[in-house]
Amino acid sequence: MDKTQNNKAWFLVLPVLLLVAFSAVLPLMTVVNYAFNDTFGQNEFFWEGLGWFEDMVSSERLHDALGRQILFSGIILAIQVPLGIFIALNMPKKGFWSSLVLILMALPLLIPFNVVGTIWQIFGRVDIGLLGHTLAAMGVDYNYTNDALDAWITLVVMDVWHWTSLVALLCYAGLQSIPQAYYQAAKIDQATRWSIFRYIELPKMKGVLLIAVLLRFMDSFMIYTEPFVLTGGGPGNSTTFLSIDLAKMATGQFDLGPAAAFSLMYFCVILLISWVFYTVMTNLDREENR
Amino acid sequence: MSRITLSNLAHSYLANPKGDDDFALKEMDHVWDDGGAYALLGASGCGKTTLLNIISGLVRPSQGRVLFGDRDVTDAATTERNIAQVFQFPVVYDTMTVRENLAFPLRNRGMDAGYIAKRVNQIAQMIGMEDILSKKARGLTADAKQKISLGRGMVREDVNAILFDEPLTVIDPHMKWELRTQLKSLHREFGHTMIYVTHDQTEALTFADKVVVMHEGRVVQMGTPEELFETPAHTFVGYFIGSPGMNLLDAEISGSEARLQGVSVELGAVYGPTSGRTQIGIRPEYVTVSDEGLPVTVKRVEDVGRHRIVRAELGGQPLNAILPEGMAVPGDNARVAFAPAKINVYANDWRVAPSDIGRGA
Repeated sequence: MDKTQNNKAWFLVLPVLLLVAFSAVLPLMTVVNYAFNDTFGQNEFFWEGLGWFEDMVSSERLHDALGRQILFSGIILAIQVPLGIFIALNMPKKGFWSSLVLILMALPLLIPFNVVGTIWQIFGRVDIGLLGHTLAAMGVDYNYTNDALDAWITLVVMDVWHWTSLVALLCYAGLQSIPQAYYQAAKIDQATRWSIFRYIELPKMKGVLLIAVLLRFMDSFMIYTEPFVLTGGGPGNSTTFLSIDLAKMATGQFDLGPAAAFSLMYFCVILLISWVFYTVMTNLDREENR
Repeated sequence: MSRITLSNLAHSYLANPKGDDDFALKEMDHVWDDGGAYALLGASGCGKTTLLNIISGLVRPSQGRVLFGDRDVTDAATTERNIAQVFQFPVVYDTMTVRENLAFPLRNRGMDAGYIAKRVNQIAQMIGMEDILSKKARGLTADAKQKISLGRGMVREDVNAILFDEPLTVIDPHMKWELRTQLKSLHREFGHTMIYVTHDQTEALTFADKVVVMHEGRVVQMGTPEELFETPAHTFVGYFIGSPGMNLLDAEISGSEARLQGVSVELGAVYGPTSGRTQIGIRPEYVTVSDEGLPVTVKRVEDVGRHRIVRAELGGQPLNAILPEGMAVPGDNARVAFAPAKINVYANDWRVAPSDIGRGA
């Protein structure tokens, strides 16, 4: 077939391209510039090559932060995804209660990140916080400023509180799209509750679950504000995640070269893992269609 | 398998129904014989699906009892009733293969694997899907999916009844006919009670031994296709069944004569006095266009191939007649005659039986 090829429409994209260039590409290039050069200010640059990258790749400090980061994201996903599904399955499907529950569920999502951090920072304090004080009164030795494990638990609970709603709401939307006839047919076929979940609800939720997992992974892997406000990365370095470490390096120690190299690698890692996630999950989907 | 009895049954979707209008199903008493093939016919929204869902237990009736045989199942859950139901739109388990889909109801009942395999093959053969048993159900077309639904409905041999809720809506016309014939032969072979909901009269009349016509939440008539055609119990049955439906003309009845705006029409039987709005009903098939009889104004003539339909007016009331092939198209001064024995009399929409028993229908 002789189809006329006309790609002039691409020119219509030009204005957006320019905008994006100024808002994203150029700033990113500055980072690239810092990553390959050394500077002492006055806009003077000395070529470093891959030096900063080599430093960073072999940096013990970065390895530790990466390990903590992976552990944190793993725990977050392992709790929030099943919990979100469980909540979605048990939410009222229609009527007044469904609206009320939806609003209540959406509330944590609307709170600014640093406010969430502040809420839990105060909530967990042993002297004046409701949670910390109650735990102390019950004889539990809880202090998130001293104890690394307590700090981790507080962080995980805070993130679960803040973000499980997102997973639950996405799953809820997936569940709402299932026609009533499917449940009726399952009853007629005498399916068990588990079979209904396994063969009707889970397949219908798969699409939104993929999005939920991706979003939760990316967000938790880049987490900065909440732990920064709550623990500041401490006690010691126990809750210093990648972003916090990066900020310390860039604005605390003013090591711009290593920080720039670090952030480029950080960016690539997130991009890579997200891509792998996406490819694996869509491939699973395709396999099933066969 | 068992007889299904609906006793004193009524249903409203409102929590506190007040008047008759609040009821989706008006009070009814009804028995479905074991092994019967029934069609539930009616316009959309007349309560057919509600009635079906009450029988399968998906809906609990607001009042009355449902009995399977002698067992009261009003409060029994769907899973306890052992009923199969096929829905209007295909329901398949996407992630399963066709084979797993068909085996699902059997597996849930803990049947023996050898039996399941045998039975699934048998059903697959019936619905013509042996070749694609190992395929995932997701990628199939809508009619293939609906065939799986039908297959899943029939896979259990010991069900009390199989309910079909307009199952052929999504199927291509030529497949429709084939599947309907198959259902019919399955019914003959296994003798399950089958209830088939539809709003298509051809489907109902070809499938069922007995057709149940519903109108506004009420069962207005239950009978053989012939009974529905010859002696509709309600004007709705008259006009819903047949194409075009029965002619209904306002009239006054005295004895064996009906008076239609000055002209008199002979009836096939003698009737007592009637009250309310009185009408006579005559099927277009029994109206003959001739040189004698009642004067009519012909509005138009429709040729539907095998015969022609004459749309006319008799004293301001519409009247249809069927003109057999080869008959001349009537001119302006056409006259019509009614076959006296085929005239039914209605008072307030319900059929009035003739007073002299032995004559008439």
